[in-house]
Amino acid sequence: MTRGDDSVLERLIFELSSPGRQGLLLPELDVPEDPSLAEMPPGLLREDLDFPEVSQIDVVRHFTRLSALNYHIDKGMYPLGSCTMKYNPKVNDQMAGLPGFSGLHPLLPDSCAQGALELIHRLGQFLASVAGMEACTLQPVAGAQGELTALMMAKAYYARKGESRTRVLVPDSAHGTNPASAAMCGFSVSEVPSNQRGSTDLEALKKALDDRVALVMLTNPNTLGLFEEEILEVIRACHDVGAKVYCDGANSNALLGHARPGDMGFDVMHFNLHKTFSTPHGGGGPGAGAVCCSRDLEPFLPVPRVRVQDEVYSWSRDFPDSIGPVHSFHGNFGNQVRAFTYILSLGLEGLRQIATAAVLNANYLRVKLQDSYELPYVRTCMHEFVLSGRQFARKKGVKTLDIGKRLLDLGFYAPTIYFPLIVEEALMIEPTESESQVSMDRFIEAMLQIAREADEDPELLRKAPHSTPVGRFDETRAARKPILRWTGEEPPPIDPASPDRKSP
Amino acid sequence: MKPEHTHPYIPLTAAEEQTMLQTCGMASIQELFECIPPSVREAFQAGDLPPKPLSEMEVVNELSRLADSNRGSDRLLSFLGGGSYDHHVPSIINTLIFRSEFATAYTPYQPEVSQGTLQAIFEFQTLICNLTGLEAANASLYDGATAVAEAALMACGATRRERILISTGVNPRYRDVLSTYLHATDREETRIELLPSGRTCPDSIEGKDVAAVIVASPNYMGVIENLASLRARLDQKTLLIVVASPIALGLLAPPGPLGADVVIGEGAVLGVGQNYGGPGLGFMAVTGALTRRVPGRLVGMARDGDGKRGYVLTLQAREQHIRRAKASSNICTNQSLAALAATIFLTSLGKTGMRKLARLNYHKAHFARNLLCQIPGVVPAHDGPFFNEFAVRLPVAAGPVLERLLEEEGIVAGLSLASYYPNIENGLLVAVTEKRTRQQIERLGAAMKKVLS
Repeated sequence: MTRGDDSVLERLIFELSSPGRQGLLLPELDVPEDPSLAEMPPGLLREDLDFPEVSQIDVVRHFTRLSALNYHIDKGMYPLGSCTMKYNPKVNDQMAGLPGFSGLHPLLPDSCAQGALELIHRLGQFLASVAGMEACTLQPVAGAQGELTALMMAKAYYARKGESRTRVLVPDSAHGTNPASAAMCGFSVSEVPSNQRGSTDLEALKKALDDRVALVMLTNPNTLGLFEEEILEVIRACHDVGAKVYCDGANSNALLGHARPGDMGFDVMHFNLHKTFSTPHGGGGPGAGAVCCSRDLEPFLPVPRVRVQDEVYSWSRDFPDSIGPVHSFHGNFGNQVRAFTYILSLGLEGLRQIATAAVLNANYLRVKLQDSYELPYVRTCMHEFVLSGRQFARKKGVKTLDIGKRLLDLGFYAPTIYFPLIVEEALMIEPTESESQVSMDRFIEAMLQIAREADEDPELLRKAPHSTPVGRFDETRAARKPILRWTGEEPPPIDPASPDRKSP
Repeated sequence: MKPEHTHPYIPLTAAEEQTMLQTCGMASIQELFECIPPSVREAFQAGDLPPKPLSEMEVVNELSRLADSNRGSDRLLSFLGGGSYDHHVPSIINTLIFRSEFATAYTPYQPEVSQGTLQAIFEFQTLICNLTGLEAANASLYDGATAVAEAALMACGATRRERILISTGVNPRYRDVLSTYLHATDREETRIELLPSGRTCPDSIEGKDVAAVIVASPNYMGVIENLASLRARLDQKTLLIVVASPIALGLLAPPGPLGADVVIGEGAVLGVGQNYGGPGLGFMAVTGALTRRVPGRLVGMARDGDGKRGYVLTLQAREQHIRRAKASSNICTNQSLAALAATIFLTSLGKTGMRKLARLNYHKAHFARNLLCQIPGVVPAHDGPFFNEFAVRLPVAAGPVLERLLEEEGIVAGLSLASYYPNIENGLLVAVTEKRTRQQIERLGAAMKKVLS
């Protein structure tokens, strides 16, 4: 299959505009016009609005045609490491759309929101149970905001104790959000190296630890998909200097029903409800980043918090040590309803089966692919694993990016690439529990085909993808003089002779 | 022991489990988890988790029970605002945004198979720029409150100054979140008071080295600020950050040309719905000079290798996955699907619909205030121009009045201002959207009259 010749896939909605059309009929004004509007100083009022004028069918067709240009989990496998692209059950969306939830104003008296408060309370208990921790807040709306919340809590905890701790340690395999969140919270960030088995280097960690370290942020299983082998010793070393230990829960799918971070000694963690608990990614959100913590840190959780007395639920701000709120209202409630629905649909038994299947699937792929690609850390993995494509880069000039792009041709999304940073030409693969053996066998076949193609026809990969709606972009060129909104200006045409027109 | 049938969400059968374990050279599932210390595995407890899966029917029953024990805008006549509003959600929005192709796609890191999401974000950015009169808008932030916090942090970085002044006309919940964020870096904001008009007092803007002044227009009291006069009080370097209502901007002058450097706000009013306050939709538009400091994702128009027009994530060097501790923000996941809802909302209403919608809100709110202020003892709290929300003083404390109206009439008449604005004696904040009919407003008037008499 080759791409069509049209230079535009779908015109912008602005280009579809025709004066006089409208997409929604509004009611006639049923009250008198207030004279104050006519008397308003003209400087306060808008003269014109450069918006499109389109009929409803124009809008529906435009966005339906746009949607057809997307890859998505309902279409096929998303082996995107660290992102847990699992099936998003449809009943979750239906429950979030119940009028009793979707039409609920966040500032209604508690007596009008008992169902919502009960759900929030119980979901918090569910998640604290999964974490093996004391308490939970559902306010943070993304993993990164969960991290930030936990960092703020640690900061407040030490301020309360009168200790000045200004440092945060993260492993060199950490998600980029970890150091970014720590910096936003005013901490100085130091990196701890990983050892040859892909775990945190305990000796290096001990050297880096001192009484100025507030929080050590670990991901377990880590971003190599490996369980931290010396986790108990690592956490003990941190606690020995009085530091708290954070678990980036992005990889929680591996542990559900089998092990709890609290039992390993972690003090605080976040869950990505949009990963582990199946709420849809929506093309980049809304997510939800619940934070669970130990008894020590509980007083510092964001307010308001749900209280329950005699089966009556209420919001309370009466927590004097709280860091304060981190959201306008109560977090992404719609996602909370979905995650709650998901947990009820599975129960502990189902959650345990999820981790089992996710880990077995990943190991199956690992074993099937480790001969054709390089496996830098030869160990049983958890829910994901990281391959290196450096053999192809060195011998044939085929980069991991090319491998990812070729997968798009073969009907899959690309794995996470070039992450974690400690693996050269990294390909991070996470099948999740949603893939059957048959669908994984198809993926394996595609990966093996690509390995062969890298040897036989490297140019095919360097120019991939060939069958997607558009080909590769030169992102460096796009960033040089970015066009961030439609003013009628288009990017200059590609000059075939230009040195810019090389593979990105 | 594996049950005979798989869970519907987990295709792995007992037979496949065996084959796959064999492939891995393992005898049992336990081997997969042997890397977890035995003491950790043994400590495992179910806690509060339900032990068994529930069928879809049972799940629906339980969730319906919870939903039914709420009393939302489907059952009450509501004039409640304060940051979340009962606006109409056009029918096409959920049909379109819950298409699998949008809802179950990941962040568009692979542009070749993500053009749908990318183009929609580009259209969103354009609509927000046109609405606010600024040059660049990002792909979204979490909500109105965190947009304020992110804007303040951006201002500190851009001006290399530390002081943030914020009007008490900005939603107090947004101010609380700003405090949380600033406190984390040992900074504090200074509050600027409101005049009797309900507008921010320009004379309170003083002091040097101010990174940004943050005001809202319309503000929490519904009052429309005079942005040009506020801008005139600031030195050239200080950023004017305006929290705007996107519905009001159908009628009001765009803040950019009036001197705003940054316009932020809550976009959930644009077709996302109330959902007990979340998902929200933070938006942020900035002047060209601030483009490379914007937090979060930006989509740019580009050409692929064949010269075809398309869209990519751009200026990613600002972001956490590249810049790590030096990123402009830690934001990664944002509110993409809510931004899509807003894009569909704004394009459906279009050029004329946005103006009509804003006019409906404006005139109905004014009708409501006039009606309420005919009741003896009820007076406007401010005399400045307002949009679709307004504060009144009641002759008695608002709390008990609200309770009685709820219990006796099924009306949520608004929000008591007692906790955040105790200086507005017996203050009540009332919001009136396009959904409220004349009859409903008159019902509020009659019920209020009855309760106050």
